[in-house]
Formats: sequence, structure tokens, C-alpha cells
Amino acid sequence: MAKARVYVTLKKSVFDPQGKTIHDALATMGYRGVADVRQGKFFELALDGLSADAARTTAEDIARKVLANPVIESYRVEIEP
Amino acid sequence: MRIGVVTFPGSNSDHDAYHVVKHVCGQDARFVWHKDSDLGDLDAVILPGGFAYGDYLRTGAIARFSPVMRSVTEFAKKGGPVLGICNGFQILQEAGLLPGAMLRNRSVKFLSQPVHVRVERDDTVVTGGVPVGTVLTMPIAHGEGNFYLPDDDLDRLEGEGRVIFRYTTRDGRLDEAANPNGSARAIAGVCNAGRNVVGLMPHPERAAEAEVGSADGRRLFEALIGVLQRA
Repeated sequence: MAKARVYVTLKKSVFDPQGKTIHDALATMGYRGVADVRQGKFFELALDGLSADAARTTAEDIARKVLANPVIESYRVEIEP
Repeated sequence: MRIGVVTFPGSNSDHDAYHVVKHVCGQDARFVWHKDSDLGDLDAVILPGGFAYGDYLRTGAIARFSPVMRSVTEFAKKGGPVLGICNGFQILQEAGLLPGAMLRNRSVKFLSQPVHVRVERDDTVVTGGVPVGTVLTMPIAHGEGNFYLPDDDLDRLEGEGRVIFRYTTRDGRLDEAANPNGSARAIAGVCNAGRNVVGLMPHPERAAEAEVGSADGRRLFEALIGVLQRA
């Protein structure tokens, strides 16, 4: 069974209010050198009976159609055969 | 004339919208379950506010795949009037019937408060007969209402006259302090190219009788009914 990991993040051009809030909190806690924080989503898909290539195609299709909203988000897919 | 109100699992303003159509405006209304795919006799459809599917994944992201949405899309493409309120607006965005996407509010807080919105266009199915510049007071209740589109797309949207409502002060002035959620260009509502699909974040159905603090929202329902009566 192939495993697909899908990472969805706000596009770089899109302001991330949650990441900003976490960033501010880290500064308050005294962490130095944290230049930026971006929050995202992580999905693990267990894909039955698919080759690594087919699993990638399927996972990318799912990411594009459902997991990410292309207006504000981009995604990245990793396959573990 | 009959107006349909769609109920998704997690809708919470469906009864308010039904009440306004039926009892405040005195028109025929019926609920449409999200698994029903037949809109049948309906002349207009309202997608109400709430938290369809618990807002899992993203607001409206799962609801857009409900069977009823295929029919709503067909209905909209044929020119049928569709009004999306709050979560209904978000569902229409996810379905690709309205532009933009909602980011988390700038304050990262859920906001439940009255706001003032200025009517920018009087040529849509819910603003016909409401003069441009009219300021309406209605409540918002959302965590993700921060309207976003890239700048180029915003320019195009404005050029096409598709920004229908903007957050303003009580006297209709643009002011960042009056923009509750950080929406790009203070946008509170937009329409599609055909001007028959409109979405807005404030809740007109919760401000349609003086007893609840404002009756301004009723004007949008009356405008919609007027459009249907003239059709």
C-alpha cells in the first residue's frame, strides 16, 4: 500500500493571520531568530493497490480538487511506496 | 412564486431565512435537504449561514459536493437567482460560482457583531431598487470572512462592477476601522458575471424585523421578491 503525504499551505502572497499570531506568541515567549511562521495542513492518504506513480497522480488530483483551494493555497505531495 | 432554502448538515440560519421569506415577506418558501437534487418548482434558492459539515477542511469545502449543489449550479447557470449568506457565500466560492476565498479574520477571532455595509450596485437580484450608497446595518457572525483575491483579480472584479457590498462606517465612509475582518478592499459581498448569484457575509435574515434591532436586511429579500414578481 502506497502512502501519500499532502502538505497544504497558504500561498506566499497570502497573509496568514494564524501564522502571524503564533509568530507573535513565540516572540513573547522569548524565542529569538524565528523570522516567520506559516501554518498549514497535513494529510496522510493510504492508497490501496496503486503503484507509486499512480498513487502520485491520484494524490495530486485529490489535493487539487479537494484538499487545497487554489485561490489561496498551494500543495505538495510526497509518496512513500 | 416559491423560494427554496437549502439545509446542509450544520446549517443554522435556514429557519431564519425561511421565516423571513414566509412570515415577514409573506411569500411561499420551502426547505431543500442537501441530498435532494431536484429544485423542481423553485424560483430562487438561498444557501443559508451556519457551519455546514462543521467547516471541516475549509468553510464550504465539503458542502460544495452535496448532491443539491449540482442542481444549484445548473440553476445558477440558467440565470436562476441564488443568494448565499455567510456560510452559503463560502459554499458558493468553493463551488466556483462566486469569486474569491475567505481567510481567517485578521484578528483571528470569531466576530459576532452588527456591521454597516454600503450597497455598491443596484443591478443584482438582491439589490434591485436599493439605491447605490444605501448603508444597511446587519450582524456578522463568522471566523473566516476575510475576503481574498489577488490584486489583479480584484481590479477585474471592480471593473466589472461585481463588488456589491462594502463594510463602511454608519455614514457610508470607507475606514479600515470599520472593516471588521480585514477583507480586501472592504468587500462584504460580490456577484457572478450574470449578476444572478450574490453572496454576502452579513446576515440579512437576522436583521429583517425591527424587534431584532434592524429591519435593513428585509430590503434584500424584498428586492429579490420584486425581481421574481417582475419575471
